[in-house]
Amino acid sequence: MIQPLPSDLITVNVDGQDIAVPKGTNMIEAARLASVEVPHYCYHPKLTISGNCRMCLVEMGLPAVDPATKAPLMDPATGKQKINWMPRPTIACATNASPGLHIRTNTAAVQDCRNSVTEFLLINHPLDCPICDQAGECKLQEHSTAYGRGYSRFVEQKNVKPKRTQLGPRVTLDDERCILCSRCVRFSKEIAQDDVLGFIDRGSYSTLTCYPGKQLANNYSLNTVDLCPVGALTSTDFRFKMRVWFLKQTPSIDCESSVGANTEVWSREGVIYRITPRQNDAVNDTWMADSGRVLFKEVSAADRLTSAWLNGVKTSQEKALQAAVDLLSVRGGRAESGSVKGVAVVGSGRSTVEEQFLTRKIADKLKAPVALVSRVGAGDKILVSADRNPNIRGALVTGLICALPEQKLAALGAAIDAGQVQVVLSVGEDLIAAGLTGAQLAKVAVIYLGTHQNATSAAASVVIPALTVFEKAGTLVNQQFRLQKFARAVPGLAGISDDLVTLSHLLNALGGAPLGSTLGALWPVIAAEVKVLAHASYDTLPSTGLLLDGAPWAGLPFVEGETLHFKPVAVVTGVTS
Amino acid sequence: MAYVVERKPLTLAERLYLPQIFAGLRITLKHLFAPNVTLQYPEERPVIPPGYRGVPTLVRDPQGREKCVSCQLCEFVCPPKAIRITPGAVPADQPDRLHIEKAPQAFEIDMLRCIYCGLCQEVCPEEAIFLQNQYSLSGYTRAEMVNDKARLYELGGTLPDQHYKWDKKKIAAEHGNTH
Repeated sequence: MIQPLPSDLITVNVDGQDIAVPKGTNMIEAARLASVEVPHYCYHPKLTISGNCRMCLVEMGLPAVDPATKAPLMDPATGKQKINWMPRPTIACATNASPGLHIRTNTAAVQDCRNSVTEFLLINHPLDCPICDQAGECKLQEHSTAYGRGYSRFVEQKNVKPKRTQLGPRVTLDDERCILCSRCVRFSKEIAQDDVLGFIDRGSYSTLTCYPGKQLANNYSLNTVDLCPVGALTSTDFRFKMRVWFLKQTPSIDCESSVGANTEVWSREGVIYRITPRQNDAVNDTWMADSGRVLFKEVSAADRLTSAWLNGVKTSQEKALQAAVDLLSVRGGRAESGSVKGVAVVGSGRSTVEEQFLTRKIADKLKAPVALVSRVGAGDKILVSADRNPNIRGALVTGLICALPEQKLAALGAAIDAGQVQVVLSVGEDLIAAGLTGAQLAKVAVIYLGTHQNATSAAASVVIPALTVFEKAGTLVNQQFRLQKFARAVPGLAGISDDLVTLSHLLNALGGAPLGSTLGALWPVIAAEVKVLAHASYDTLPSTGLLLDGAPWAGLPFVEGETLHFKPVAVVTGVTS
Repeated sequence: MAYVVERKPLTLAERLYLPQIFAGLRITLKHLFAPNVTLQYPEERPVIPPGYRGVPTLVRDPQGREKCVSCQLCEFVCPPKAIRITPGAVPADQPDRLHIEKAPQAFEIDMLRCIYCGLCQEVCPEEAIFLQNQYSLSGYTRAEMVNDKARLYELGGTLPDQHYKWDKKKIAAEHGNTH
């Protein structure tokens, strides 16, 4: 009998187990809620239903009613309403749950369906698993283990199709492996809004192809590789690089823009091999942009800063730090000679919340003005926003800045020209790329904490090497004011201190109270000082992030346009800070 | 605690002394005329029985093509982690390797780590790695004891093939999907 339930819930019965599911849930999801897995290939929770793989066939039954009176027909043996089982199986993906729906997934008939579908799919499948990049995360491989017969009854020649078609700059297609599930076609059409993929020819000649003259070149093309349940679509970059079972997964955040797409970094023995999206239904669903997947290459880039530099000479980390402290304290208004000189701090919208907090503490100690570098690009309305700084809101939340960064560090440049600033501490920002001129930099002593060599590191008096986002842990605040954490994927280069250690050393040497240089030590301090982060800590932060109260900054003219799961709030005109 | 071993009294034959001497001389004489079993190693080498697990090697098929596709299953299964493979793609324009897509760029077996268990041979889906007859190896440095890909193929040579996988792929491609 159907129990009265909240209006949006209905009761269905999966393998004899009653479970309440939201209305409109399809049978695969209903079964998943009952912890029953219905194998499927073409169904994807974030795409439309196509129902072509037939793997999710289940038996379905509805409560029997009298055709004339619509009165429930009771089974005298059990005292319950009779169930009319359909004579043929139905596909679970394209059938929505209705009240009293009964699903059987464990009967001999269902098993037979799955075995037969698997056998048909394997008829023309090449035995490529030893060289297939999908092996280890392949649905066909998994389901063949569960439902395959282990040997082939097919005695004819297998189909031969093109093995390495370049669908686009980043995607390679192996047509023999394709099971024609059309997930990639639907993704391109529905999510990437770039309808270039389709099937041509019929029957076993069917082939996935790009529209003539076009390429699968959009910035979301690699999601088709993640989607592909088999190894048909492979990433050209990751192709034949490493088997997935060797790779360690680390939850991370895409730092290319303020969307903060959740990612998984796959590494082996300190080498990163690929980045894939991590599901977060409030941020990026199961997608991410291609441009975010190559960011790991900066870790082993040739221009990586591997040691500290002092006035153009390689030096030790300790000496560089001491030189930085000397520069900041002697010129920073505490000089014994009485000649008070100015220090300016350039923070970064790419730093983590913890680093920004320490940067603010250093700036407070030095009574130095703080500037951030503005990075505005074109948003693509999907998962790359206009603000290419991943953590501008973190700087607002921690109080590093109270207004949005201005273009080209104009105020800092003017202050340098006016002679008010003699020392610039840049936390990870290339000042010349950000808008200062070489002549302006030549007038000041620059202390540069950075990951890579650039014009600023060449001009800087003190260069202290820093870690990339893959080599450290921390938190970022994305455009939704969602505090998200990322973990350390690979160890940092030998001899480079963690950025928090460097910053807290600077702070301590400048006379600040020791706040700790680890996430565990810093977060109680941050939570105590920053009202918005009062209940947050790195360890307890959920993997899907924590939505902060962004109301205090609602009036700021953020540059982001609409993206997936984000609508900018209407800005009150005239309010700038 | 002291343990006293009872010494048995000598038997008559033992006390007579000569029977023991002649018994010993009999054994000596028997070995003097018996066929020699000592192997003059290293000048003489023993016959290696079939199924012997010697040094792991990579083999080529009778057409001289490398069989390994760098699936890295041996690397995965290797208990002492002696195997290290760098996989790589085979360019599409090599006429003799038309249907081969993947082959190892580098393949190293650290023989200081190898325990000769034979799991790599057992797991290989391409029948490309075999523990063959080589049993003696030495070197002056640790680096010398790491067999690289060239050395592994040199040790492995060519073994008969029962499958001719690449030929089958070639036939299938020529046959096309005319069905």
